[in-house]
Amino acid sequence: MTVGQRPAVTADRGGTAGHPGRRARNIAARPRPVRPRLPAWLLYRIQRGLAPNAFYRRLAEWLERSPARYRIFAATEKAVKNEIFGCRMCGQCTLPVTGYACPMTCPKQLRNGPCGGVGSDGSCEVYPDLRCVWLVACERAEGRGRIADLHLLQRPIDHRGWGQSSWVNYWAGRDEDLWTAGDGPAPAIARRAPAAGRR
Amino acid sequence: MTATSALRRSLESARTAVTAEVGPPRGADPEAVRRKVEPLRGWLDAVNIPDGQSAHVRMSNWAGSLIALAAGVEPVMQVTCRDRNRIALQSDLMSAAALGIPNVVLMTGDHPRFGDHPDAKPVFDIDGVQLVWTARTMRDEGRLLSGRRLDPPPSWLIGAVENPFAPPVRFRAARLGKKAAAGAEFVQTQFVFDIPAFARWMSDVRDSGLDQRCKILAGVGPIRSLRALEFMRSNIPGLWIPDEIGRRLRGVPADRVADEGMTMCAEIIQQVLRIPGVSGVHVMAPGFEQGIPEVLARAGLARAARDRPGPAEPAAAGTASTRVTGAGGSDHAD
Repeated sequence: MTVGQRPAVTADRGGTAGHPGRRARNIAARPRPVRPRLPAWLLYRIQRGLAPNAFYRRLAEWLERSPARYRIFAATEKAVKNEIFGCRMCGQCTLPVTGYACPMTCPKQLRNGPCGGVGSDGSCEVYPDLRCVWLVACERAEGRGRIADLHLLQRPIDHRGWGQSSWVNYWAGRDEDLWTAGDGPAPAIARRAPAAGRR
Repeated sequence: MTATSALRRSLESARTAVTAEVGPPRGADPEAVRRKVEPLRGWLDAVNIPDGQSAHVRMSNWAGSLIALAAGVEPVMQVTCRDRNRIALQSDLMSAAALGIPNVVLMTGDHPRFGDHPDAKPVFDIDGVQLVWTARTMRDEGRLLSGRRLDPPPSWLIGAVENPFAPPVRFRAARLGKKAAAGAEFVQTQFVFDIPAFARWMSDVRDSGLDQRCKILAGVGPIRSLRALEFMRSNIPGLWIPDEIGRRLRGVPADRVADEGMTMCAEIIQQVLRIPGVSGVHVMAPGFEQGIPEVLARAGLARAARDRPGPAEPAAAGTASTRVTGAGGSDHAD
């Protein structure tokens, strides 16, 4: 550590994602924390309507049969989820167990909770004018009695999944082992069915 | 190669474990590491060799660890997720085991924004919890993330880090719980300056029985000048220094500030060791590694006393208060 050598915080904003207080529209830019636009209670309710069933499974199969259909569907998902969550289309959605705050908007893309650098005022260590997305996740989950969700062990993501529709992956049952309760003696880190690489 | 860890023996023996951080140099001279670690031999169980601390380019974690090993001081190799993807991380971990590095401490790491190359690409392919989990899988299941076999598997002691003071404070013990579930056997904390806040975190830790599964080493360090105090306050992410510390440092003549800082550090060491469930301390004194023995001596953790019961004999009975003679010495020169 050398005094006075830290670059100004504004050094690499680069204008790629607009004003830091606004949501990250440009998913090519570096991730920055996004506070979800919709309240957690509403999203948990919507989640119930999206739960996999025979209809959604058939819809997923139908979408995957045609690259054009799939592309249009994924683009729609991206537009909707980017607007609400700052979604970056990792394709392996963990929102239902993070209070519907997206951990992929964390500058370190942590899937297992906040880093040790959160400011005493709750600010992100990388973007001090933004609130830590994990802190937002904890508050939202706790507010809905879902704090135990944050104790789940999140497995490493499959980077081949970027750009895929996480809704299709969810309905097709590929998301089932993104996380584990981890209360046994030695939870397995490997996923039974990696999400990506099968289209 | 199977490396035996003196740190593991110390943690298992219920005596006060002591580790310290030794920052590798920015330069190509191995003597720079040797000079820092040699005076520490016998004072502690192991030295942490950071992995580009504060996201600055330094001699690498494994090279520093090897030099420490050759100098007769057991290394703890720190590994961060900042600069390597899962392929490089597993290769480096495997290599550390092959070279006889017996301990690793695994963490997410500082963002490059805070370092000397803020223009670098942050990797963060996996996070700190997943890295601990990966290491445990490599060691205990003898498998890589891909499922392929490692033969023979490594044998390191696996550690993690935690910051008990950063929001959301209520979640911090649970976060350590995730690391323990992933395979962390010990944890080194962020600098402790706020004893009541640390005690509250330790209470959460004990409530979930975590101190039994994951040994707690409290992070401590001397603040040797008012300038250092201000620097730490404004530049180290997630660090909380109560006003009382500043008041005490400002209350002594300028030429006594460094000494007062060391005394305060020794007092903090004694106080944290009285908290039930604390297994030891991790001393961080960047640029002042030569002063670590003096701090330990003032705290009653003198070299000769390392094998005797710890300094704390508090009124309240607890796991930390019953320190017995451990097996073997802390001098691991070979």
